[in-house]
Amino acid sequence: MAIIEVDGLRKAYGGRTVVDDISFTVEEGEIFGVLGPNGAGKTTTVECVEGLRTPDAGRITVAGLHPVRDRDEVTRLLGAQLQESELQPKLTVREALELYAEFYPKPADWRALAERLGLTDRLTAPFQKLSGGQKQRLFIALALIGDPRVVMLDELTTGLDPRARRDTWSLIEDIRAAGVTVLLVTHFMEEAERLCDRVAVIHQGRLAALDTPQALISRATGATVISFNPSGPVDDAELTALPGAATVRRQGDEVVIEGTDTTVNALLTLLAKRQVTAHRLRVGQATLDDAFLGLTEQES
Amino acid sequence: MSATTAVLRAETRLFLREPGSLFWMLVFPSILVVIIGLIPPFREPGANGLRVVDMYVPIAALLAMIMGALQALPPVLTGYRERGILRRLSVTPVRPYALLATQIGLHAASVLGSTLLVLAVGRLAFGVALPGQPVGYVVALVLATLAALSIGAAISAVATTTKAVTAIGSVVFIASMFTAGVWVPIQVLPETMRQIIGATPFGAAVRALDQTMAGSWPSLLHLGVTALWTVVLVAVAVRWFRWE
Repeated sequence: MAIIEVDGLRKAYGGRTVVDDISFTVEEGEIFGVLGPNGAGKTTTVECVEGLRTPDAGRITVAGLHPVRDRDEVTRLLGAQLQESELQPKLTVREALELYAEFYPKPADWRALAERLGLTDRLTAPFQKLSGGQKQRLFIALALIGDPRVVMLDELTTGLDPRARRDTWSLIEDIRAAGVTVLLVTHFMEEAERLCDRVAVIHQGRLAALDTPQALISRATGATVISFNPSGPVDDAELTALPGAATVRRQGDEVVIEGTDTTVNALLTLLAKRQVTAHRLRVGQATLDDAFLGLTEQES
Repeated sequence: MSATTAVLRAETRLFLREPGSLFWMLVFPSILVVIIGLIPPFREPGANGLRVVDMYVPIAALLAMIMGALQALPPVLTGYRERGILRRLSVTPVRPYALLATQIGLHAASVLGSTLLVLAVGRLAFGVALPGQPVGYVVALVLATLAALSIGAAISAVATTTKAVTAIGSVVFIASMFTAGVWVPIQVLPETMRQIIGATPFGAAVRALDQTMAGSWPSLLHLGVTALWTVVLVAVAVRWFRWE
């Protein structure tokens, strides 16, 4: 069952269209990623779902409710971590957790959350004394404190060190395991590839793709990149004719072929026949990064 | 405990963590009365039968309002917007105006508390008579406090950053201190000047307070001027305030 439905969303600021006809649904219990370059319209889309902005056109529902009209119900079942927001500078971690817990009818246990997010030894610290990573972890805790059905996380691992980022990823997997739907805005491809069941790629305010990370990767041109230094001459025309080969280029002595798995086997057969040895042969798989670049470079 | 009570409790704690603000709002007006009262010539009755210390008690009440509503409040309100605190709150079941209303209420309460302290210090230390028309005094005081808060709200509405608040606030602060008579009691100024000052929110408020101190009912003109300013400034604040 879809818990978030976005249909034909449009939003313009002063005549400049930021989000243009975006539609997608998020299924209950999935981790849904929203990817896109800076300024693509990701945050605006998410803020419309959160009810912080009113769309110019289109229909949005969260668990069947209207984000703006049904403000009270929606805020009770949706937890959000926003980009660039702060708390009162002198409010302590413990006070913030206790305060936000009072806002919800059935809050989560704030002590357990603080424990899970490694904030236990910072409970008496005022917000202004926290490090960037600690602030970020506190905001994740506040997004979860109302025991929400959906959490919206906007660039949550930005500013975290690699270790904290990995801890946060396992936290998100735990959240989902508890049955909570997660909508994740990110520009870290590794994060999306590791966590998301499906991703929407937004580019220039439009939906460029919507699929599983694996499907996006395999659809990308040159999903397999083969590079080698041939010991003798090889004809470019023969390389280009290899099954699945999309592009062939030379970088000095090195030959780089973008193709598929079948290209690799065919290449090895061809080289054997020509009695050419492939020195420094490397075969690399495309990542979501490559798929993302392919999707967002077409139009710009 | 309800969400509103939780907000009130948290904001009260934060309010008490600002000793600088608390000093200027709650203690400084009374200290001014003490300083004036300790200077011997200011304890001698003047031409109108009033001592300078008598004239300064209503002025010190206005000083509490200026410190609370004009100096302390606007940076808090604008800071809450600028830091995205209101935005964060608007994705919870609590509406962000609860935070603003709580802060305005806390500042109003401390202004009124400071006024009581000023009256008590004046009465106990220097024998300044308590307001002769207590009901009229309360009416004038509440109206003046509302006017002061509306000035503060209007400042934080038109100023987009805390820096701008401080800049606009300082100008309004100096003008208000003058019209309230903090530097020179209005009574000693020439008539034309007094009339101009009487058209300003604090100029009108100080005269209404003077009248009630002296035992009469405040004139509708002074109350009307203060009320009109409040209405206009609240409209400005509502019209221009941005939540983010």
